[in-house]
Amino acid sequence: MSKTRTEGRDDTEFSISRILKERGVSRRDFLKFCSTMTAALALPPSFAPSVARALDEVKRPTLVWLEFQGCTGDSEALLRAANPTVGEIVLDILSVDYHETIMAAAGHQAEAALDKAITEHKGKYIAVIEGSIPMKDGGVYGCVGGKSNLARAREVCGNAAATIAIGTCASYGGIPAAAPNPTGAVGVKEAVPGATVINLPGCPCNADNLTATIVHYLVFNKIPALDGHGRPLFAYGKRIHDNCERRPHFDAGQYVEAWGDDGHRRGYCLYKMGCKGPATFHNCPTQRYNEKTAWPIGSGHPCVGCAEPQFWDVMSPMYGRLPNVPGFGIEHTADAIGLGLAAGAAGAFVVHGALNAMRKDKEPGEDTKED
Amino acid sequence: MTKIVVDPITRIEGHLRVEAEVSGGKISNAWVSGTMFRGIEKILKDRDPRDAWYWTQRFCGVCTTVHSIASIRAVEDALKIPVPPNAQLIRNIIIAIQNTQDHVIHFYHLHALDWVDITSALKADPVKTAQLAASLSEWPNNSATHFKAVQEKLKAFVASGRLGPFANAYWGHPAYKLPPEANLMATAHYLEALEWQKDIIKIHAILGSKNPHPQTFLVGGMSIPIDPDSQNALNADKLIEVKRLLAKAQEFVEKVYIPDLLAIASFYKEWAGIGAGVGNYMCYPEFPDAAGNNWLPGGAILNRDLSKVVALDQKKITEHVEHSWYQDAGSDGKGLHPYEGSTEPNYTGPNPPYQYLDTDKKYSWVKAPRYEEKPMEVGPLARVLVAYASGHKETKGAVDLVLGKLNVPPEALFSTLGRTGARGVDCLVIARQAPKWLDELIGNIAKGDLRIHSNEKWDPATWPAEAHGYGWHEAPRGGLGHWIKIKDQKILNYQAVVPSTWNASPRDAKGQAGPYEAALLGTPVADPEKPLEILRTIHSFDPCLACAVHVLDATGREMVRVKAS
Repeated sequence: MSKTRTEGRDDTEFSISRILKERGVSRRDFLKFCSTMTAALALPPSFAPSVARALDEVKRPTLVWLEFQGCTGDSEALLRAANPTVGEIVLDILSVDYHETIMAAAGHQAEAALDKAITEHKGKYIAVIEGSIPMKDGGVYGCVGGKSNLARAREVCGNAAATIAIGTCASYGGIPAAAPNPTGAVGVKEAVPGATVINLPGCPCNADNLTATIVHYLVFNKIPALDGHGRPLFAYGKRIHDNCERRPHFDAGQYVEAWGDDGHRRGYCLYKMGCKGPATFHNCPTQRYNEKTAWPIGSGHPCVGCAEPQFWDVMSPMYGRLPNVPGFGIEHTADAIGLGLAAGAAGAFVVHGALNAMRKDKEPGEDTKED
Repeated sequence: MTKIVVDPITRIEGHLRVEAEVSGGKISNAWVSGTMFRGIEKILKDRDPRDAWYWTQRFCGVCTTVHSIASIRAVEDALKIPVPPNAQLIRNIIIAIQNTQDHVIHFYHLHALDWVDITSALKADPVKTAQLAASLSEWPNNSATHFKAVQEKLKAFVASGRLGPFANAYWGHPAYKLPPEANLMATAHYLEALEWQKDIIKIHAILGSKNPHPQTFLVGGMSIPIDPDSQNALNADKLIEVKRLLAKAQEFVEKVYIPDLLAIASFYKEWAGIGAGVGNYMCYPEFPDAAGNNWLPGGAILNRDLSKVVALDQKKITEHVEHSWYQDAGSDGKGLHPYEGSTEPNYTGPNPPYQYLDTDKKYSWVKAPRYEEKPMEVGPLARVLVAYASGHKETKGAVDLVLGKLNVPPEALFSTLGRTGARGVDCLVIARQAPKWLDELIGNIAKGDLRIHSNEKWDPATWPAEAHGYGWHEAPRGGLGHWIKIKDQKILNYQAVVPSTWNASPRDAKGQAGPYEAALLGTPVADPEKPLEILRTIHSFDPCLACAVHVLDATGREMVRVKAS
């Protein structure tokens, strides 16, 4: 830990829980937060005390947040983090030394704050990247302070302890990378291959998954287990379809046929309306959004597959049915599948097996790595 | 003459750069540049028009609903699809709460630190702060105990020596004028607003499934089903939660935001004479009812003449690229209408890393929209001026209240301070109106009307071979228009002319500056190393640069799309 300029003390000597206490957060709220985090990390409840213990011992790391070809949606998601009081403070006590949307400084003073953070805490800070990185034409499609996004990404991600690519753009290129990809946009891992990158796709990412990832890193001092697409298993380990509250209706062959029809009002399956839940790995059904208020399928709109690489191209058109969506790569017609399903759950299982077998990707967990 | 560069302009959405010349302590010339480009309109070509709302929504995650609204309206206009009354009301509520949340976040989290010196709050007396707050408002949290707790937190934070997002700012700048107590009060409300915004935006989750980027929009209506007898639809339980949150939103605006705005503004009245800008204002009509009549009027005000509101004609909108990094489309200095616009990115600026842009030539990714060849300011100020001049009752009442409290004439609105004040007025009138749309929705449901979607043209097979249309939406940041051409069930051409494109516009063929550039002229700069005054004027517009930068391509390569069954 480097010493910081202070009048009184070096607060990196203090643990997170102590700082929380100083900021008026009760022990009870802190433990409640640890339970929430334990659930978000998909750990059994018995882990809550060890999460609390680990946070008791953690020092205050630096975090820098850079936005490139983004829309600020992931920053906005951060502002909605689910456990407001404590969640906010946890982000606060991380010492967020650079975040253009919220920081008070501007211009060269802002850039100086970034330079200072990545120099003083070299190899120790966490970088969060929002938005894709344009590679074409020498990087002219994205510049901040006269520097190209690519040059900044190499500098910042290359010297970070870990980089979190937040949202689908930073993870895989996202919408700027959709065909014909006018700017040569790519995700962080492709732009800076040497960096240790955790992908948190979603459009935007669910803030709960961000806080859980950071806590995981602080608690276990290593990045979480990732699937073949670089996503933490605790948040992206299961298909939306397999955890969906409407799954019984799928198994029973009960579908929404038109917006606002009887089935739509009763919460029937949205598969025929274009739902991409069967091909999407994300914890939306269990985590939901905005303090577990709601999520797209629950509110009557199909899943669009936003946590999957290149979903913009391979999962569209949005209202087109799997598996006829280009890129899904199955020859069955949706109607044939639909008919098979109406026969009952057994048929459904056969179809699911078929869907799984046809997925181009490996099952998550087969290809994880930990640095 | 000193040349100043501010890049990045922080506390905005996106990537904005300002280059300015200062002579005799004032800005004598200024250029603004959007420095990031994605080309989403180009990406939209050949895709399903019913998907466009989802794609264009990603123009911006702050204006997280506005492009969806403009897009579905454009497609509905092109295909002549009616929208059921309930869907219209749900949209109005979604729009209203977006506006409320956006303006409050802007005031506290993006703009306040231009006027509020957080370090001075450390010196405040919490008891006197409570007395000050009590003289302004009945907000129950304004107690000496609360202000003391906030100050203690702040002290601990500063003592740590790690100021995080508050490091390296212009603290102690001579242009900060608030007494320590006002600074502490505003700092406390900065933190409260952060909590509040998370809560009230749950309305978007209830009606829209999530926020940011709600996902229940549909061409022809909304996908959130209504059924008082189902747990999977909008029922009494959820409607009453929306009602509670709307009341909570309104209360905060009335008891915290507006009193703070007036209190802070009273110390900075000289800013009612700075930052006027181009003097032309434009807004689109908004909040349609079932009959298609809008609650807020549209129109234009030219040369600051409040005696006349000019009716808008969408045919008079054009975009110029003489100073933008796109190939000129051979328009001979005349701009192109959004239906006809055809431009290709063509970067001719310096290679990064660079010190200065070539401001005599092309210098921005933002195009230059013009109405009748004039630069126009859009946003809450334009909306409020047009409503005021049109005799809109609710707006006029709120404007007169604010002007009366500050003891300034209507002309004071043409300024940096007026722009910031008008945003408060806009927020107040819309926050007060929103519960009425909810009551109307509840009334419809009580009568048994559960319709949320017009299905008859959902299937693309029912569409004509060719269609075109446009959708206007008055977003928090101002007039937004989407123009679409549809051919053979696919997008042939898509163009968005966005609020920040109007405001962050570079110069056009005639050399006319855009609103930001014009507003910076004459702005005093006490210390060129710390151009706090530039931030004040630029932030008063609430810039949103990801939105602002767009290009479409009508001649791009064909992409193969497989039609879904």
